[in-house]
Amino acid sequence: MSARGTTARDAVLGAVRAALADAEPAPTVPRAYRRAGERPSGDVDGLLDLLVDRLEDYRGTVVRCAPGDVRVAVAAQLEGAGSVVTPTGLPGEWSSAPGDVGVEVRVDDDAAPLSHAELDSTGAVLTACRVAVAETGTIVLDGGPDQGRRAITLLPDRHVCVVRADQVVAGVPEAVAVLAEHPGRPLTWVSGPSATSDIELVRVEGVHGPRDLRVVVVGAG
Amino acid sequence: MTTTHLGMPTVRPKPEREPEDPLRWGPTFAEAAHGTLQDAQLRTNLRRATRTIRDKRLAVTAELPDWEALRDAGAATKADVMARLPELLEQLEASVTARGGTVHWARDAAEANRVVTDLVRAAGATEVVKVKSMATQEIGLNEHLEAHGVTAHETDLAELIVQLAGDRPSHILVPAIHRNRDEIREVFASRMADAPPDLTNDPRALAMAARAHLRELFLRADVAVSGANLAVAETGTVAVVESEGNGRMCLTLPRVLITVMGIEKVLPSFTDLEVFLQLLPRSSTGERMNPYTTMWSGVTPGDGPQEFHLVLLDNGRTRALADDVGRQALHCIRCSACLNVCPVYERTGGHAYGSVYPGPIGAILTPQLLGVGSPGSPDSPGTAPDPHDPAATLPFASTLCGACYDACPVRIDIPTALVHLRERALHPVDGDGRAVGRPTATGLAMRVAALVLSSGRRLGAVSSLVGLAGRVLRGRRLRHLPFPGSRWTLGRDAPPLPTTTFRAWARRRGERS
Repeated sequence: MSARGTTARDAVLGAVRAALADAEPAPTVPRAYRRAGERPSGDVDGLLDLLVDRLEDYRGTVVRCAPGDVRVAVAAQLEGAGSVVTPTGLPGEWSSAPGDVGVEVRVDDDAAPLSHAELDSTGAVLTACRVAVAETGTIVLDGGPDQGRRAITLLPDRHVCVVRADQVVAGVPEAVAVLAEHPGRPLTWVSGPSATSDIELVRVEGVHGPRDLRVVVVGAG
Repeated sequence: MTTTHLGMPTVRPKPEREPEDPLRWGPTFAEAAHGTLQDAQLRTNLRRATRTIRDKRLAVTAELPDWEALRDAGAATKADVMARLPELLEQLEASVTARGGTVHWARDAAEANRVVTDLVRAAGATEVVKVKSMATQEIGLNEHLEAHGVTAHETDLAELIVQLAGDRPSHILVPAIHRNRDEIREVFASRMADAPPDLTNDPRALAMAARAHLRELFLRADVAVSGANLAVAETGTVAVVESEGNGRMCLTLPRVLITVMGIEKVLPSFTDLEVFLQLLPRSSTGERMNPYTTMWSGVTPGDGPQEFHLVLLDNGRTRALADDVGRQALHCIRCSACLNVCPVYERTGGHAYGSVYPGPIGAILTPQLLGVGSPGSPDSPGTAPDPHDPAATLPFASTLCGACYDACPVRIDIPTALVHLRERALHPVDGDGRAVGRPTATGLAMRVAALVLSSGRRLGAVSSLVGLAGRVLRGRRLRHLPFPGSRWTLGRDAPPLPTTTFRAWARRRGERS
């Protein structure tokens, strides 16, 4: 088969097949690592402690509160932001938190999305999350109605994220299993505020993404 | 008081033109290393940086009780991907297309550059923002776009430093690792128009200057170009793993996103993410998890780019795939752990390798992508094998200590591949297995050695001559042999010559007893 006259697709796939003509068959992948569902999950407080420890290690701000105190806790984290963007699907009990501290709410609606310039000039963003990984201190957003599209959690400089105890899983495999329910959704994995180590490998927190990550961890109650 | 501008000795002028081939821009490794080894500042910068990152990596990998099991899974998954590459690529194409993306294929760098440039033009853009990407560096995309009137803005901090300085990257993960904070301050102050006048060398101040410089660019850019850390065949999910948020900016704000990915980066299933999202961050930056990872699948209405193009790149990968020992270089996930533990890299720096892929993995990947000593195939002929080709000297840039193999999260046996590629570089064969190319100095030396060693009389005569020379030199070392021995002493000292022959020594021992 000649590469001439064929499409790039045919040529590349043809070259791959030719290269593998004498190759060994695919091996079975050993999965002896800790997989989803294999870890004891009884100790919710232990998981929350681990998540908080890891987030603080990344210099994120973490506050813990009881289910009944979310509004107060969120309001405290929004104080001084001036304005906050919210997705349309925030639970009612905290959607009024910004008003408690005189912060203007800008709702990002599919029908009338805020422009990049508007988002850039907004002080904070308030969202929920899809799942959180204790072992790595990671929060994953999947664009659900209580999280909004990706741009709203990117441009404002302060991200206030509410994590419920039942959303916290032990490790990465458990999180991937949760996310696999909607694999087509755009995902943002956040582990602390943005950071760089490009200058002499010295870690500097806060570059292009939100420089100020504040996580409100809501206990099991 | 008047001030005199004294120039900036630490910032070299930008080269008049970029190297023709990002995979082969310099002289041989030994020649280039002679130059970089003279640079005391470079060695200080590298020693500090690689030690820091080595300690961090060891700490976070030791933390996981199942780290070795994750490595096993990663290695086997990559072998599985290679064995099933055609079907996985077709599945990936179908998944991405079903979710509203467009898949393009490119046989080589020129074709990939053409595809991307046409897409940028079709979008009506004269500038693009870029996420750090090895694949686009490998094909020289920025230079190609520039030549066609499109400005490519690198947005990763280290890439920005390299681009502003007119420098070449010297590390896969931290391309400006060879620069210290003072040098970076100089680069920003002299080459970044909007740098604050009172900019200090504090890393935070430097990072904030870059943030301010790039912000406006992110907000106005219409087209972004990225690479990909991996793509899932089953779901069409493409992932970019990063730290600064420049990736999120590029992958979220522009209207059009063009991603260039090597064909070997595909993974079979969404579940495989659970392995690679543990292996990659801990091996590369030594963090439990990198600050940001973005994953997307085709186009999501109302969220992120509304036009997505995935360019699947061969550029020598199928040639490497045909080599049953060398193909494991394609398992690489570009974490750069092997660079950080390599005693050779730590001393010579990345520029000595003359390729966008430096270090141990570069020493086995670069020659294979270029087809050095490869017989090739009717569809992708190997380049004329030439052991004097700079890329053919890369497999020799190693002590074979094996530290890279120990550090590799997907267990690439780099030392074995290095030895295999040394053989290929010195004894190239054509498609029928016949030796081709000019005879090498080593080959000639071996033939002479065979002649001498096959006769006791000849060996005795040569040994006597060596003993005579040894007595003349009286144990002094020879640093530079005359040609053709000079090729050998380019990278090492000759050992001191003995003053007596083995036979004479044995005879004397016999007489004494």
